[in-house]
Amino acid sequence: MSDWTLFEVFVRSKHGLNHKHVGSVHAADAPMALENARELYTRRSEGVSLWVVPSAQITASSPDEKEPLFDPSDDKVYRHATFYDLPKEVGHM
Amino acid sequence: MYAQLVDTGVKRVKTLNEMSPEERHFQEKIDADIKIEAKNWMPEAYRRTLIRQMSQHAHSEIVGMLPEKNWLTRAPNLKRKLQLLAKIQDEAGHGLYLYSAMETLGANRDEELEKLHSGEVKYSSIFNYPSRSWADMGTIGWLVDGAAIVNQVVLQRTSYGPYSRAMIRICKEESFHQRQGYQILLEMMRNGTDEQKAMVQDSINRFWWPALMMFGPHDTDSPNSAQSMQWKVKRMSNDDLRQRFIDQTIPQLELLGCTVPDPDLKWNEARGHYDFGAIDWSEFYSVLKGNGPCNKDRLKTRRNAYENGAWVREAAKAYADKQKQAAA
Repeated sequence: MSDWTLFEVFVRSKHGLNHKHVGSVHAADAPMALENARELYTRRSEGVSLWVVPSAQITASSPDEKEPLFDPSDDKVYRHATFYDLPKEVGHM
Repeated sequence: MYAQLVDTGVKRVKTLNEMSPEERHFQEKIDADIKIEAKNWMPEAYRRTLIRQMSQHAHSEIVGMLPEKNWLTRAPNLKRKLQLLAKIQDEAGHGLYLYSAMETLGANRDEELEKLHSGEVKYSSIFNYPSRSWADMGTIGWLVDGAAIVNQVVLQRTSYGPYSRAMIRICKEESFHQRQGYQILLEMMRNGTDEQKAMVQDSINRFWWPALMMFGPHDTDSPNSAQSMQWKVKRMSNDDLRQRFIDQTIPQLELLGCTVPDPDLKWNEARGHYDFGAIDWSEFYSVLKGNGPCNKDRLKTRRNAYENGAWVREAAKAYADKQKQAAA
């Protein structure tokens, strides 16, 4: 079975929500991956839509790059709404 | 439990001061309850221990289907048959979630299955006992899945992210297994004939001790626990899990109107727990070594299933290749 392709499975649980990664399946091809994913990840109406993507096709950031990639946003507190103190009279904004 | 006697390959647990900077960083993350993900640095022994534990756990789910298949064609009615089919399909699913999670550590599924088939890697001792009567379907759901739940609920907090997420998914589904099992027994005890009631008691008599053994040896005889606990691969000790299982199961037993084959079982007011008799560990080790009533049969069935399914896997591959060629 190792000569089958490994696919990552994404499920949209409800209309209006994002697809979310739930796990992986092995399959000989994409249609089979969809069938396997349906049997494995949506046995109890967990989804309204499925994506399967060959794992090898995913480019992931590496944990070593975590700091150079994500640290620059840590010191930009002014990007958050809570940074701006406004007087009470303004009310909800 | 579903994974029993998992070897960490570590003789003594290191203190933070004895660790390399990488190891210390890793341990500090674990101490802070930050999950470890597939691409993070991890000690080789941690990776190997997890592969062992998860493969054993996955194999247990897969072999766990076999005692139940015995009753698929003999279920008393269509409703019970459908329920049993659904439970068995869940177990196949649980095995697959776990194999997938295990593969994130770089393990190869075929190789791990080969280790199961050659007897190199074990599955839970409980599945080497026969399912002799329909009542066993009830008892297995109630006691065996019940014991598994006690362990798995705690494992939802295990330190390895993919394992933890698989456990969360599994726990959601597992409670159906236990409730359907208990309901089978309740139905037999409340509406059954004397013969059917006797069948329930006989089934509990046979499964009680093996179910308690699922949690593995006493803490004092569990040499790998210290390291597994430090890594948070394991979150509660064997004895604590076993006690928790007994405490929650006995009231359910009383509601059934049945007993367990342990004259020493009684409520201990001072401890706030049930006391129970000595477990026959020689039986546990003998079953693990391969001498249980069904070890040979289970492995043979597994191997046959794998070998007899080879043509299906090959055909699927050939079909996919052909489609690819046609599209090119």
